Amino acid sequence: MNFIDSKELLEVCNKKGWTISEAMIEREKQLFHCSKEEIVSRMAHAYDIMKHAAERALRENLVSMGGLIGGESKRLFFNADKQSVCGEMMSKAISYAVGVLEVNSSMGLIVAAPTAGSSGVIPGVFLAMQERFGFEDEKMVQALFNAGAIGYLITRNATVSGAEGGCQAEVGAASAMAAAAVCELMGGSPEMSLHAAATALTNILGLVCDPIAGLVEAPCQKRNAMGVSNALISAEMALCGIRHIVPFDETVEAMYHVGKSMPAELRETALGGMANTPTGCQLCKDIFKE
Amino acid sequence: MKELSVFDIIGPNMIGPSSSHTAGALKIAKVAYQLAPKKIEKVTFVLYGSFAKTYKGHGTDRALVAGILGMNEEDERIRDAFSYAKVNKLNYEFKTSESTHIKHPNTVDIIMEDQSGSTISITGSSIGGGAISIDKVNGVEVFFNGEYHTLLVSHKDQPGLAAHITNCLGNWKINIAYMRIYRAHKGEMVSTIVETDDPICNQVIEAISNHLAVRYARIIN
Repeated sequence: MNFIDSKELLEVCNKKGWTISEAMIEREKQLFHCSKEEIVSRMAHAYDIMKHAAERALRENLVSMGGLIGGESKRLFFNADKQSVCGEMMSKAISYAVGVLEVNSSMGLIVAAPTAGSSGVIPGVFLAMQERFGFEDEKMVQALFNAGAIGYLITRNATVSGAEGGCQAEVGAASAMAAAAVCELMGGSPEMSLHAAATALTNILGLVCDPIAGLVEAPCQKRNAMGVSNALISAEMALCGIRHIVPFDETVEAMYHVGKSMPAELRETALGGMANTPTGCQLCKDIFKE
Repeated sequence: MKELSVFDIIGPNMIGPSSSHTAGALKIAKVAYQLAPKKIEKVTFVLYGSFAKTYKGHGTDRALVAGILGMNEEDERIRDAFSYAKVNKLNYEFKTSESTHIKHPNTVDIIMEDQSGSTISITGSSIGGGAISIDKVNGVEVFFNGEYHTLLVSHKDQPGLAAHITNCLGNWKINIAYMRIYRAHKGEMVSTIVETDDPICNQVIEAISNHLAVRYARIIN
């Protein structure tokens, strides 16, 4: 059993009465000849790494290799129940997301989901959702397969690489994956997950990848926080029955075309955008002097 | 095209910050470590392209040393690889090259020297998302990517060697996915690379090595 686009995914879900995560587990079982237990326990290990990374950023003083980021997660977290503009849940979610990027940029252990540069979005959304609604770990791990299905379709039919498609592809994919998973967690239908994913992709269509000094630090870290909010608002809309006008598959194709038409300067080469500002250039010189 | 697994998307589990500059670099060095016959005394890394420009900020240097020490992508000791190198008496050196004669922007030559002074070298590229390709072994152009169980046999250029290798694999019921034979010139040393569906066991390596024309055989992965 396999599906190559969201149309086929929906067909298989509707025919078998599966959720997206169930379809993805079945696909994995059949294509890679392994048992459900093996697959689920491997995913549970990934979720443990995500949790551990978010916790580390709150416990330790992490400094990134380039020195551009560090300590942001703590600042956000301890403000979450006091003066938060975003509200406790959103504030915690962005705290976890920026924390995972701190761990990543200081050579700690993370799960690329789908990439290292966008590795904060899914943990941010998942950990905050779990705290807010009291879901069991098992349910969260199951939902990671929903996120995986969306990420698989984007990788297969477009790209999740910043070098190929800009940040819209990396953080875009991560937020689409998280948005779809939130819908399933909240009891939404497979269609709702796809509307949420398409909405999240569309919301940041065209976003460039312009890392200062070429490092996965800034503006990557804040864009992960943005990816979290994008995922949550997209899921909220879809769960309320607000549809995305253009189907998911067409949205993915549009994102791919936008990525391909971006100049190379804006695709991870650190030659454009924030990287090419006077401050960005100076920081690059300072970091790589010697 | 190889089918994508859910763990290609939610994964790899890796030490940051970059799948290409950190995880991919480590994977290339780990291949080098697996090819090295004896304890490595000294290793020289020649960095090209984007590796040469940004290796410090991405921890590429630490990842490369960690790979030579046999650490895997999830190992939290990678950050401290230089101290582990000291403990293991591994000397390392980094050089950068301006050369543009490379297949991919993230390329590295790894030259390993053992106690007796004999060297083994590989050239590898990190091609994105943590995936790699090995482009040269001991100066001879090759291709493999470490996605399969891989066997590398270095042997003399003479008739019957391919049959010897496939016979040994067949005896252990190991199915061959791909097999390629590389040599620089007729009559010189040959590298035969076999990618298999089934894990390769040490007994097979012993059987293959038990032929006068075989210099060495190694398992990668």
